[in-house]
Amino acid sequence: MRVLGISGSLRRDSHNTKLLRAAGELVEQHGDQFELFDGLKAIPPYDEDDEIGYGPRPVIRLKRAIAKADAVLFATPEYNSSIPGVLKNAVDWASRPPAASPLRNKPVAVIGASTGMFGAVWAQAELRKVLAATGARVSEVELAIGHAHEHLDHAGHPLDPAQAEALRDSVAMLMAEPQKLNVAA
Amino acid sequence: MTQVTQQALPTGSWSADRIHSNVGFAVKYIAGTFLGTFSEFDARLSDDGLSGTAEVASVQVKDPNLATHLQSPDFFDAERFPQLSFAAKEVSRSGDGLTIAGELTLKGRTEPVEIVGHISDPAPDPYGGERFGLQLEATVDRTKFGLNWNNPLPSGDAALANEVTIIVDLQLVKQP
Repeated sequence: MRVLGISGSLRRDSHNTKLLRAAGELVEQHGDQFELFDGLKAIPPYDEDDEIGYGPRPVIRLKRAIAKADAVLFATPEYNSSIPGVLKNAVDWASRPPAASPLRNKPVAVIGASTGMFGAVWAQAELRKVLAATGARVSEVELAIGHAHEHLDHAGHPLDPAQAEALRDSVAMLMAEPQKLNVAA
Repeated sequence: MTQVTQQALPTGSWSADRIHSNVGFAVKYIAGTFLGTFSEFDARLSDDGLSGTAEVASVQVKDPNLATHLQSPDFFDAERFPQLSFAAKEVSRSGDGLTIAGELTLKGRTEPVEIVGHISDPAPDPYGGERFGLQLEATVDRTKFGLNWNNPLPSGDAALANEVTIIVDLQLVKQP
């Protein structure tokens, strides 16, 4: 199995990117592959006029990465009570055209961290809604890590044992989804 | 006068003429009624009773974004549950009026439904066959089948009603 991680933060030392790396370690402990998508900043603003052929090269890269993955794990910060613009923009591109979107039926999960109290819960809720509207299969995973600068170690591992357990559960729930699809088929 | 199943519907085997039949739904959305249809469906009447199926991926609406969303896990989840099905359990007739008790299976859940409608009795058609008509409606609560999506209006009310009317208009052709 291959899991793709997409962080909604571009910052080098992003808590969400670190949290995804920690999640990636758990994926690899299952003997599966994890890839952290690093091309978010290169994706241009969505413009239908630019939907020529397969679209701009950074968008093709994003779509291929999603298509190759069996599941996608998003980690998002919260900007002004919502999804960071770059992440929403990327999802908008990936959702086009609807009939051929690699997000359709793709098992996805959303987790998040913030330096505030609430761990990006509103941004996470909005991202789940947006992903569901694209046709993705959104896992009922919830992990909101507040005060991330205190509650994650330098490599993104949750310091609180309950949150570390919740991260393991989140990864396990997401990775169970593609297997359910195979059984149903 | 009410008749039991065996007399309420014609005897023999009958299959839907899919060109001249329609299977769709109507649901209140914001200030009006939203209509959709399924282009791929089947219906039959035989000694086993009246039954039908529709392929949920064949849902027809005017916006391709919406068609995609309707097939997603938010609504029908066409990948895991590609078909909806109906089977009649009991049919009663009064004049040309019909009441049908049956079971609807949608998104992996089966719930009882009551259908009301009309029948037009078998008559020769221009193609050398024989056909009869059924016009049927049933109102179901979509949330009982796990179709829970909604969006709040500025007033706080839900944009999409839970009650959905399934509308079926069938011409059934006698099979040899």
